[in-house]
Amino acid sequence: MLEIKNLFASSQGESYLEDVSFTAEAGKIYVLMGRTGAGKTSFMRAIGGLLPLDSGSIHFGDEEITSTPVWKRDAAIVYQQFINYPNKTVRQNVEFPLRKLGLKGSELNDRVDLYISKVGLTEFAKRRPSQLSGGQQQRVALARSLARQSRILMLDEPLMNLDFKLREQLREEFLDLFSGESQTVTFYATTEITEAMMLGYEVLVMHEGKILQSGTPDEVFERPKNTLVAGIINDPPITLLDVTVVDGVASLRSGSKISLPDHLSTLPAGDYMFGIRANDLEPSSSSDATQECTISFVELSGSETVLYLNSASGDMVAQIEGIHDFAVGSTLHLRIRPERLLAFNSSGDLLTAPRVGAK
Amino acid sequence: MILKRIVATLFVTLWSIFVLLPLLWALVTSFKPPEAVSLGATYIPFVEFQPVLTGWSNIFGGGGATTNLVPPLINSVIITFGAAAISLVLGTITSYGLSRFVYKAGFIKNQDIIFFFISQRIMPPIVLSFPFFLMLRTLGLLDSRTGLILVSIAGLMPIVVWLMVDFFNGIPKELDEMAMLEGYNPVQVFARVILPLAAPGLTVAGMFAVIFGWNDFFYPLILTFGQVVTLPVAILSLNATITPFWTLSAAAIFAILPLIIFAFAIERFLSKGSLSGAVR
Repeated sequence: MLEIKNLFASSQGESYLEDVSFTAEAGKIYVLMGRTGAGKTSFMRAIGGLLPLDSGSIHFGDEEITSTPVWKRDAAIVYQQFINYPNKTVRQNVEFPLRKLGLKGSELNDRVDLYISKVGLTEFAKRRPSQLSGGQQQRVALARSLARQSRILMLDEPLMNLDFKLREQLREEFLDLFSGESQTVTFYATTEITEAMMLGYEVLVMHEGKILQSGTPDEVFERPKNTLVAGIINDPPITLLDVTVVDGVASLRSGSKISLPDHLSTLPAGDYMFGIRANDLEPSSSSDATQECTISFVELSGSETVLYLNSASGDMVAQIEGIHDFAVGSTLHLRIRPERLLAFNSSGDLLTAPRVGAK
Repeated sequence: MILKRIVATLFVTLWSIFVLLPLLWALVTSFKPPEAVSLGATYIPFVEFQPVLTGWSNIFGGGGATTNLVPPLINSVIITFGAAAISLVLGTITSYGLSRFVYKAGFIKNQDIIFFFISQRIMPPIVLSFPFFLMLRTLGLLDSRTGLILVSIAGLMPIVVWLMVDFFNGIPKELDEMAMLEGYNPVQVFARVILPLAAPGLTVAGMFAVIFGWNDFFYPLILTFGQVVTLPVAILSLNATITPFWTLSAAAIFAILPLIIFAFAIERFLSKGSLSGAVR
C-alpha cells in the first residue's frame, strides 16, 4: 500500500504540488487525469524521488520512503518520450535493470524472454532502439519497466507520442500487461477520458498541482465535483450555461426555457450553472428547440462531427454522430436533453447530476 | 546531386593537395643529399636524385651533429599524453557535473564556471607565464616534467570542458533519471550509462587535448632551461643558418609523426556509438 500525505513541492516560486494526499493499493491501476501542466508528472517524479519535496511524507507499507534515494525506491517510470539505452540492444535494455537486482543465468534469461514476448518484440530482441519504430521503442521501455516487477510502476502519458491506431492497440494490451502485476501499485497519467475509463480502477483528477477529485471512472465522469473537473474530463468540452430557476422552470440567458427534469425538480429558485455534455445536445426543428445557435467552427473527428457554436445563452459544443456538412456561420437549432443536465451552483460546485445510466 | 558530389570531391582533393604538398616537400627534402638541395629544384627521388639518410641520421646525433631529438620526443610524449589524460579525466567529470547539476555560489552559476574554464584559453599565454613561473619556482618544479604537465593541464582542461559540457547536454537527462530509478546510484549511472555513450565526445576531446598539448611551445620555452626539452623547443634550437635544410625537414616530419600515428589509432572510435534512439 502506498500512502502519500500532504505533499508540497515548489521551485523558484512556482508550485508543482499543493497538499497532495492519496492512498493507493497494490494490484490496482490509478489513472491521473489532467491537462498538460496539471501536476501529473510532478506527482510521479515526487513518488520516484526525482522531485525535491518541500514537505509531506510517502510511505510504502510500513516503510517511510520520503527521503529514500531514487535508486533505492524500487519505482519504475515509463516516460512520454520513448527513453531507452541507445547503445544497448532490446535484450540488453531489458537485462540492465534486472542485473542490478542480482538476477543471473537462467532466471535472468527467462524473465527477459518472458517480458520481451509479452510486449511482442521477440523477433527484434537483437536490434537497437534506433532500428525500431516509435511504437516498438515504447514497447521496449515498457518491457524494461515491467520486467523489474517493482512495487511502484508509473506511466507518464506513454501513448502520447504514438499515432492513433497504435495507441488504441497498445491501450488494449495494457490491461493484460498490468493485470498480471498484483504486487505493484500502478499510476497511469493521461489526458484522455477514454483511457481513464478503460484502464482505471480509480481516477485522480488533477489541476494546478492539486487532486481535485478521485473516484471510480464512472463516478468521476457522472458526478464531476465541480465545473473545473467537468471541464477536464469531458472531450469535446462540456457546455456550461448560466440559468435562473423559478418555479421548476430554468431560463437561459437568451430567454429560452427548460422545464426541469425529475432529478432537478427539487432545485430551489435562484441562479445556477447547468452543464450539458456535447453528445446530449441534438439538432432539432425550430419548434422543438431549446436554443438557436450560430455555427462558428466545425471539427470532423473520425465518425463524429463536433460543432462549436455561439448563442445568446453562451458558447456551446455539440457532438453529432456521423459526418455532416454544416456551414460555418449558418444557424442551427439545438435541443438540450433535460434529463442529462448537470446542475452546479453559481460558484461551480456540483449540486445534482443525472442518475447513473439515465439516458 | 551528382554535380554536388563532383564539386565536393574536387574541393576535398584540391584542399588535400594544398595541405599535403608542403609536407610532401619536407618529406622529400629530408632524404636529399646536399647537392640536390643546393643545385636547383629537384622533386622526384631515385629519378632526379639519389635519396640518402643524412638528414635523418643528423637528428639522432649521427654524422657529428650535436642534436638528438629522441630525448625531447620522450619528454613531449610524457608531458603531452600525461597532461591530456589527466585533463580528460578531470574535465569529463567536471563537465558531467556542470551539465547535470545546478551550482550556485553567490552570483556565480554554471554558465559562469564554464566561461571561467574557457577564458583560460582566451587569455594569451604570456599573461599567465609570470604567475606560472613563480608558482613552479615556489614548488621547485621549474625545468621538470611534472611542472610542465601541471601547466599544460591548465591549458588543456578548458578544451575538454568546453567540448564535453556540450556533449553531455546532448544526452537526455531522462536517461540518467531512468538508470537511477532502475537502481543505479549516480556514480554508477555516470560510469555505466553515460560514459559509454560519451565515447565519441571523449575521442574528440582527447584528440584536441593531445594536438594542443603537443604543439605547445611557449610554456616549455620559458619554464625550462635545458633539463627538460620538448620537441617544439628542440626544433627551435636547430638554428636554420647552421642546420642544413634536410636536417630541418627530417626534424619537422619527425615532430608531427607521433600525432599522425595517434590520429589514425583513435579515428575508429569517432564513428562508434550514437545517441539516436535514446529519446524520440
